Amino acid sequence: MEELFGQFSIGLFIMQTILFVGLIFLLKKFAWKPILDAVNEREEGIKNALLSAENAKKEMQNLKSDNEKLLAEARLERDAMIKEAREIKEKMVNDAKTEAQVAGQKMIEQAKASIESEKNAAMAELKAQVSTLSLDIAEKLLKDELSNKEAQTKLVEKMLGDVKLN
Amino acid sequence: MVFSKKPLQFIIAALVAFFPLISIANPTGDSTHVAVEATHEVASKSHEAHGETANLSEEQKADLERKAYIKHHLMDSHDFTLFTYGGEEHPTHVGFPLPVILWDGGLHVFSSSKFEHGEAVAESNGNYYKINHHDGLVYKTDADGNFTEDAKGHVTNAKPIDFSITKNIFMILVVGLILFMVFAGLGKSYKKNGSIAKGAGRFFEPIILYIRDDIAIPNIGEKHYKKYMSFLLTIFFFIWFLNMFGLTPLGVNITGNLAITASLALITYLITTFTAKKDYWGHIFWMPGVPVPMKFILAPIELLGTIIKPFSLMIRLYANMVAGHIVLMSLIALMYTFNSPIGSPLSFFLAFVLSLLEILVALLQAYIFTMLAALYFGAAVEEHHHDEHHEAAHH
Repeated sequence: MEELFGQFSIGLFIMQTILFVGLIFLLKKFAWKPILDAVNEREEGIKNALLSAENAKKEMQNLKSDNEKLLAEARLERDAMIKEAREIKEKMVNDAKTEAQVAGQKMIEQAKASIESEKNAAMAELKAQVSTLSLDIAEKLLKDELSNKEAQTKLVEKMLGDVKLN
Repeated sequence: MVFSKKPLQFIIAALVAFFPLISIANPTGDSTHVAVEATHEVASKSHEAHGETANLSEEQKADLERKAYIKHHLMDSHDFTLFTYGGEEHPTHVGFPLPVILWDGGLHVFSSSKFEHGEAVAESNGNYYKINHHDGLVYKTDADGNFTEDAKGHVTNAKPIDFSITKNIFMILVVGLILFMVFAGLGKSYKKNGSIAKGAGRFFEPIILYIRDDIAIPNIGEKHYKKYMSFLLTIFFFIWFLNMFGLTPLGVNITGNLAITASLALITYLITTFTAKKDYWGHIFWMPGVPVPMKFILAPIELLGTIIKPFSLMIRLYANMVAGHIVLMSLIALMYTFNSPIGSPLSFFLAFVLSLLEILVALLQAYIFTMLAALYFGAAVEEHHHDEHHEAAHH
């Protein structure tokens, strides 16, 4: 201990303290502050760059998913449209079919009705003609009968023969 | 390697590497001169080693000389001596004198060449001063330069306060200048190159970041570390650079000087004490979470601990550097003690390996000092939330 502190120089101690404190302040102003500031600034810059890159990546992903969503929506819409179109088409075809059927039925019925009425008309005409003809025959017969008995008979026979032929 | 591309620098580096061989080899190489030392015995009465040399063999004398050399190397000096040749009788010192500034009732400023490397008495404004051989300190003496000693062998002469630009102070100024140039340059280079370091300071940027990210932030905490950064960075590079200079053949032993490490420790202690938060003092004087009698016992222990911590910083750095220097120089001296083609190269190899180890120690001690300082600062500003924790646990 004696040996240790025997060489202790108070003056050196004081000088060293002053010099060292001076050195700290000098270096602080001219070296450490600019160095640490610059390093911090640089690190901040790197951090920010990384962050913005990450953000850009996220944005990209968002855009991609948005796109996919849009695509999926579009696909769905298309499918729905196709389905609707198909349904409309089927409905139209069915409608047309039923309409045609109804129209056909109606036409058939009309035709049937007109046939019936034609037939009735024809029958009525035939009946009228037959009655007229019968009346004519009866008239003629009566006329002949009235004039010639033989001829009248012949005529009746002949007329009857005609009727049979008809 | 950069060196090999620049031949001039390489040559200078090689020259510097050979300095220790010259500076150590000469005094011991001329050990034959010691034979005539007996005649000088009277003149150098105060120099113990000399007085006893008369009865010793040459080898023992050389050994003593080496011991004295190592001891001298560890001390601060008032002039900057690069190397000495010419032996003990006519020593020629190559170096330059430094200004001596003494406070002794008034300011005394003169060149250290007046001391003639500790051999002469220096006169300034009517006062006489001489350097004592044993502790290398300046004492006030009479005109003949006599020292008075007490029974234990302590010098009782008056000691002026010595503000001299000694070798240590000179090297501190040099290192301060180097630090300033390197780091101010690094600080400027960021602005010029868009936040990218350039120049020699570039090498130190990862170290600065390491101190910030692995020493300051984990120990002090994200919230408070900024105000301590200047101190931590300065002390780390200051100690590291000085340690490295201690390994060069310039022969400086600055961080192995108790006054220097004491100053560093004192600054650490003052910063810890004056930036300490309420919790720090609370933990010293009224330790929470222990029974009341224990609080009374712990308070003085904790209070003593605050002083022991910086004290250990002081001793650790001092002891490590001094030990390194002593072992390294002893191994180099062994080369001459062995004085054989087998022993000397072996000793050289050992010294070489130890030098490499010392380079590691230089960095390690700087790291440890910085790390522990950060740890103490961390304890000073740490915020404990005992109550909040307990409440949180109950909820």
